[in-house]
Amino acid sequence: MIEVNRIGEVWVFAEQEKGALSEVPLELLGKGRELAETLGVPLAAVLLTAGDGEEMATRLGQDGADKVYLVEHDLLRQYQASTYARVIRELVQAHAPQVVLYGATAMGRDLAPTVASSLKCGLTADCTDLQIGDHTPPGSKELHRNLLLQIRPAFGGSIIATIVNYDRWPQMATVREGVMVMPQPDGQRRATLVRHAASFSGFRAPLRILESERREKKVNLKAARVIVAGGAGVGTRESFRLVWELANCLGGAVGASRAAIDLGFVDKDHQVGQTGTTVRPALYVACGISGAVQHRAGMEESAKILAINIDRSAPIFSVAHYGIVGDLRVVIPRLVRAIRGGARIEGLAEPLEGPGTPPREARG
Amino acid sequence: MGYRCVVCVKQVPDTKRLTGQAMKDDGTVNRAALPAVFNPEDLNALEAALAIRDRHAGTVTVISMGLPKASDVLREALFRGADRAILITDRRAAGSDTLATSYILSCAIRRLEPDIVLCGRQAIDGDTAQVGPQIAEKLGYTLVTYLEELLDLRGSTLRVRRNLGSGFEVVEAELPVLATVLDTANTPRPPAAKRLMKFKKARCRSEVEQAVSRELSEAGEDARATEVARRCLMLAERGLLIEQWNLDDVGADLTWCGFKGSPTNVHRVQSIVLAGGAYREYPPTDEGVGRLVRELIEDHTIG
Repeated sequence: MIEVNRIGEVWVFAEQEKGALSEVPLELLGKGRELAETLGVPLAAVLLTAGDGEEMATRLGQDGADKVYLVEHDLLRQYQASTYARVIRELVQAHAPQVVLYGATAMGRDLAPTVASSLKCGLTADCTDLQIGDHTPPGSKELHRNLLLQIRPAFGGSIIATIVNYDRWPQMATVREGVMVMPQPDGQRRATLVRHAASFSGFRAPLRILESERREKKVNLKAARVIVAGGAGVGTRESFRLVWELANCLGGAVGASRAAIDLGFVDKDHQVGQTGTTVRPALYVACGISGAVQHRAGMEESAKILAINIDRSAPIFSVAHYGIVGDLRVVIPRLVRAIRGGARIEGLAEPLEGPGTPPREARG
Repeated sequence: MGYRCVVCVKQVPDTKRLTGQAMKDDGTVNRAALPAVFNPEDLNALEAALAIRDRHAGTVTVISMGLPKASDVLREALFRGADRAILITDRRAAGSDTLATSYILSCAIRRLEPDIVLCGRQAIDGDTAQVGPQIAEKLGYTLVTYLEELLDLRGSTLRVRRNLGSGFEVVEAELPVLATVLDTANTPRPPAAKRLMKFKKARCRSEVEQAVSRELSEAGEDARATEVARRCLMLAERGLLIEQWNLDDVGADLTWCGFKGSPTNVHRVQSIVLAGGAYREYPPTDEGVGRLVRELIEDHTIG
């Protein structure tokens, strides 16, 4: 741990793989910018790589970093917890940042606890929001100003807890992917590059990585403007086709609740919710999804939510903007018809077409 | 020969059943309505350890930190084949966050000198996935998270396949290793009927004390203490006494335990109250659906 350092910087761990930055550090820079400005301190990114870090550092600057700590070493070519944690611990001890943020990715959730344990500092997992605020510990009169309020769902998503660390710093958190808005890059911005030479003398990386295979997710829910998602209420894998059909005619992606995945209706890549992807599309259509807290946590930020459910008391309606109480096997075909027959809707000259629908000629 | 495995397990509220009566009218969690269960991925960790013992011989020791009631999950582990069960329970451990918890568990594990420590990837109440990696760091064991398949274990070398969600990795490490296990790694074996009959009577000392206080509420303190000692001795003779360790037993430095040893503090907790009723409803007819689509087009949500 380090002492409380009110002039310490706000840091973002710049997750990268094979020289390509992940999306999540860019999302974190957007939030980090806001926090750093509130605190009146610089925002820095921490970039660990085997080499050629300058291009990535430039991008980090354009996305809001004032400073980039760049550490290049052959041992950092492939990520492993112990080597990366060792370097970050060294940097924290040398520069005493007040906040260190990581993406709650497979890498971040492996790395951050290792760093926290070695620094004996706190770590809040899977935050969905971060703010700056004051805290007075219960039974004490001491007011701690301008702490990082680390906000996260807990207990399966049924409570929102706000966590603070007021005496043992840095204040560290992992942040869920997709919940922070990515900043607009500014081509004119430049970050100051601070090179750090890591000391690996006498150190041997404990893992031998024999194979490494990246698998592109078959579906990119985070980028979808429209998501049509199905739950257990869809009934069968057969009727889940209706969900695909509606998604196709809206040019959207297919999502699913955990229950639908457990029932084998669709592949796990489609999962929306606390353990799946967090999404915020322009339109989210929830078909036969009851809306357990875990699911709502992953979609309630959507701009518009349409819930179709046979059960009027389903909790999904509590976050919906539009609701249809009815059998989705009847409702979805009607929706598809209404959307495809868009020409008949007043004021629209052309029928609507999504990328998944056949071209008009083919339909005759 | 064989390998000494330690499995860390946790008793958790069943957050998967957070519907209906599990939520009170004010939107808060009705904890009493939630059954306490064996954390699901810890069962996968246990199965992984039992599979290692089946193949290579050795021992499987299960440890849990919690209230005496957490003996439930230790008994469950004994039903399923664990050789030894240890409960770490101490009032001074109350309020421990992940850092303090991993410190206390690492003190206990150090006494057992295992070759392999297995944990579930994460617990369903907090979903933090921190305690495993932090125990590894404190013990100086090599950390292997997201274990999906144990490919090979030979001599002091372990080879596993990790599932990172966005891909896979095959890694090799020298023992000692701490691995966190995914729910996709295996299918936990069910409790064995014979073991269930035997170990359902297994108790830790605190449970014996509670039973004696209940049954001999009229008796004096000395008489109760004598009875506790007698029952514990009987259980121990039959191999049914769940070992119970406190912070002194594990040699923990109290500075790093409980509230004092926990850097994170709860600032505020809000229940998610279901609002409800604010949405606009359309009838499931052609006319209703058509009106909805028109509205979505008009406000440029679609189209």
